[in-house]
Amino acid sequence: MGKAYLSIEGVGVTFQKGSARSEVLCDINLQVDQGEFVSIIGHSGCGKSTLLNVVAGLIPVTTGAVILDREAVEAPGPERAVVFQNHSLLPWLSVRENVSLAVDKVFRGVKSAAERKAWTEHNLDLVKMTHAMDKRPSEISGGMKQRVGIARALAMQPKVLLLDEPFGALDALTRAHLQDSVMEIQTALKNTVLMITHDVDEAVLLSDRIVMMTNGPRASIGNILPVTLDRPRDRLAVAEDPVYVHARAGVIEFLYARRAA
Amino acid sequence: MTFPKPSFVEAQPVPAPLNETPSTVPSTAPTGELRASRLSELGRQGRGVAAAVIPPAVTLLVLLALWQGAAGDSYTGVPSPQRIWIESKDLITDPFFDRGGVDKGLFWHVLTSLSRVGVGFSLSAVCGVMLGVLIGANRWAHRGLDPIFQVLRTVPPLAWLPISLAAFQQAQPSALFVIFVTSIWPIIINTAVGVRNIPDDYRNVARVLRLSPAEYFFKILLPATTPYIFTGLRIGIGMSWLAIVASEMLLGGVGVGFFIWDQYNSGRISDIVVALAWVGLTGFFLDRIVALAGRIVSRGSALS
Ligand SMILES: Nc1ncnc2c1ncn2[C@@H]1O[C@H](COP(=O)(O)OP(=O)(O)OP(=O)(O)O)[C@@H](O)[C@H]1O
Ligand SMILES: [Mg+2]
Repeated sequence: MGKAYLSIEGVGVTFQKGSARSEVLCDINLQVDQGEFVSIIGHSGCGKSTLLNVVAGLIPVTTGAVILDREAVEAPGPERAVVFQNHSLLPWLSVRENVSLAVDKVFRGVKSAAERKAWTEHNLDLVKMTHAMDKRPSEISGGMKQRVGIARALAMQPKVLLLDEPFGALDALTRAHLQDSVMEIQTALKNTVLMITHDVDEAVLLSDRIVMMTNGPRASIGNILPVTLDRPRDRLAVAEDPVYVHARAGVIEFLYARRAA
Repeated sequence: MTFPKPSFVEAQPVPAPLNETPSTVPSTAPTGELRASRLSELGRQGRGVAAAVIPPAVTLLVLLALWQGAAGDSYTGVPSPQRIWIESKDLITDPFFDRGGVDKGLFWHVLTSLSRVGVGFSLSAVCGVMLGVLIGANRWAHRGLDPIFQVLRTVPPLAWLPISLAAFQQAQPSALFVIFVTSIWPIIINTAVGVRNIPDDYRNVARVLRLSPAEYFFKILLPATTPYIFTGLRIGIGMSWLAIVASEMLLGGVGVGFFIWDQYNSGRISDIVVALAWVGLTGFFLDRIVALAGRIVSRGSALS
């Protein structure tokens, strides 16, 4: 233990509300290497968001610890950037200002004003949003908002990128489009990514490993499935690949057959 | 459409009558089309303005006619519109005269009242927003202060007047205090609601970015709360205008409230009616100004 880039060690989370205690997570252990793309899949309400928020530092652990790059996670910070499910852009800022808010905060004193501006635009370019930089979030589509959310997270140059069902609210076509974008960017930048999803195909297509969580309360990791497909992956070519088919069947079996009992 | 000489087209005066149609200028089809579309645009705007202005104007005329009929020519009680016009013509046509003392045009009285509202309301806006942020953000401040505020806000404005006179001994600060204490509650309460309604997502964004408390205040809290603050300010300015007129009646000196009371004592009811029109219109414009400011400042923040 302790060798991995991101290490989740014996994490348990118990929420206490008055006299009511609910133990949501119990003894979660997970090691993630640098540059690895790991998905977390599980039934609704099992505690996936809780786990991600613990890694982000937004929720404190009750037991155990999260260690990123040899440092214990105690509070939220830009080295663990989060893309929230509902984009969470600030509606009173333009697309550019939403990203530059993060860039200016993280790189003040490191980059000059001109460099920060260029970096903001570079990240919007990565998600192909430069054409709408001066629009407000209310003026762009849901998929575009999610792109901006991703650009804002990438612009922080995080050690690990945390995605909480980033494409959950999108239609299938937009979703496929964004998945391809994320794959492209991750291949180019070698980000370490932890992503929550409900979608089996999304998990198999994007991930190096799929973490399957048992149902709550007291959820833990039920199984971890490696996906050994070569990169870059093409969604059409890969769909017929036996590795893909096998991985997909494994996840579905875990989610629906074994847990049904 | 292309415009080879746009400057020339621009410089040309357009003497066209409003009902000109493109078919009357077939030789310059593009210009004609453009003009037609501009005209139809003008026509649409004109119709919009007419739709907003004509119905209230008609209603007003009908009401004045009914009033005239009801009041008749009697010389007691409320005068008819015609008599008001005859008796208060000077007051209506020249709001700017100043014959020294309190013998001034209504403009000056309204201005005095407005300046009092301006000072008192500015104070209550600043204090109200700060207190609202405090009780919105801090659970204990909310538990401690909110019940007290809920009680105090139901105290009628004029009930504060004797206390403030006793405290300040003078008319001017007493009037300011009454304005302040009347308009602060809706500002506090709406601001606090806005702060408590800031979505967790925005807070989480701020936490991930490690914004300092000051940065959080100016970059997240204030913009997220602006629509609520302006709702409070709008209610507040309306209430302070209600309070100033009433408190000036009791305090004397200058101001439109004093003017009304003074005219009542000298039996000039016509002048009071004219003053009421001024009070109503001023209150209306105050409300609209705050609403407009709110729309400009919170542009885009109401939607997500
Ligand atoms: N702050 C909290 N206080 C008490 N209970 C909580 C809190 N946050 C989450 N829970 C509970 O923890 C459980 C897991 O919640 P979580 O949001 O992590 O689930 P999830 O797997 O992300 O679900 P979904 O797939 O629907 O997003 C739920 O039963 C929820 O009610
Ligand atoms: Mg969730």
